[in-house]
Amino acid sequence: MTDIGLGHYLTLGAVIFSIGVIGIFLNRKNIIVILMSIELILLAVNINLVSFSIYLGDLTGQVFTLFILTVAAAEAAIGLAIIVVYYRNAGTIRVEEIDKLKG
Amino acid sequence: MVAHAIFFYVFSIIAVISAIMVTVSKNTVHSVFFLILDFISISCLFIMIGAEFLGMIMLIVYVGAVAVLFLFVVMMLNVAQQKNQWFNSESTSSSHIPVGLIISTIIFFELIIVVGGWKYKPELSNLNTSQIPNEISNTHSLGQVLYTDFIHIFQISGMILLIAMIGAIVLTFRRREGLKTQSYLKQISRERSEGIEVLEIPSNKGVKIDD
Repeated sequence: MTDIGLGHYLTLGAVIFSIGVIGIFLNRKNIIVILMSIELILLAVNINLVSFSIYLGDLTGQVFTLFILTVAAAEAAIGLAIIVVYYRNAGTIRVEEIDKLKG
Repeated sequence: MVAHAIFFYVFSIIAVISAIMVTVSKNTVHSVFFLILDFISISCLFIMIGAEFLGMIMLIVYVGAVAVLFLFVVMMLNVAQQKNQWFNSESTSSSHIPVGLIISTIIFFELIIVVGGWKYKPELSNLNTSQIPNEISNTHSLGQVLYTDFIHIFQISGMILLIAMIGAIVLTFRRREGLKTQSYLKQISRERSEGIEVLEIPSNKGVKIDD
């Protein structure tokens, strides 16, 4: 119990990943919260990469965590820009009312 | 060792609770605040485990940039008071909820099974591409591999950031109608012939201008 190993960090990553997936499925009102859930999922991936990197003694995992951070920042910027443009055109960002593609 | 365990449990419990609050919070601004708390506690975990450069970068990039960006957009779009009450089923879209719960639970248990039964081969550590050096700091060792072994990926990530910046500007750029602005191109491309006109003025008659 007091001996924290790789499994503890991987379990934490699994929990946060699942919470992110639940957030994407359950949130039916606001599309910004869906973007935040995607950020949570990327965070869980980062936890896994960093803990493997530390416990296996390989620096590559941390380098790739850096690149995931880059891509996550770019994704957040583009996603929020799309949301702003959509709000300007349609006047709403409620998930139920975004049905232009009839999906 | 006990201190490490105590800090791990404290930070991870805070992280999990704030991750739950991100998804269930009714107010979107509160969701952003819990997202910030989540990032901070995870970066504390990173610093504790020995990846201090990544922990600090997480603080700068996520808390300093991404979360503030979210906060700006939430406040700009006037959705702060939009209640997201998603367990009252007033529409047909609530049929997503049981499916989503089932799928996420299955994903969680699959990951837990993998963590429990996971064992790596001993010869896997021979595949180690860049060993963590013991004598220098984490930032120093990351810098040694980032600009040498991973220079191409580093440059590609710079390109990704540039394209994201251009894309965000192009998406949100709006040219307003009826705005009086200076047009430099029009100003410097004026010719003498369209600016002035030389007239032959007959005496005692004068000339009418502005017609």
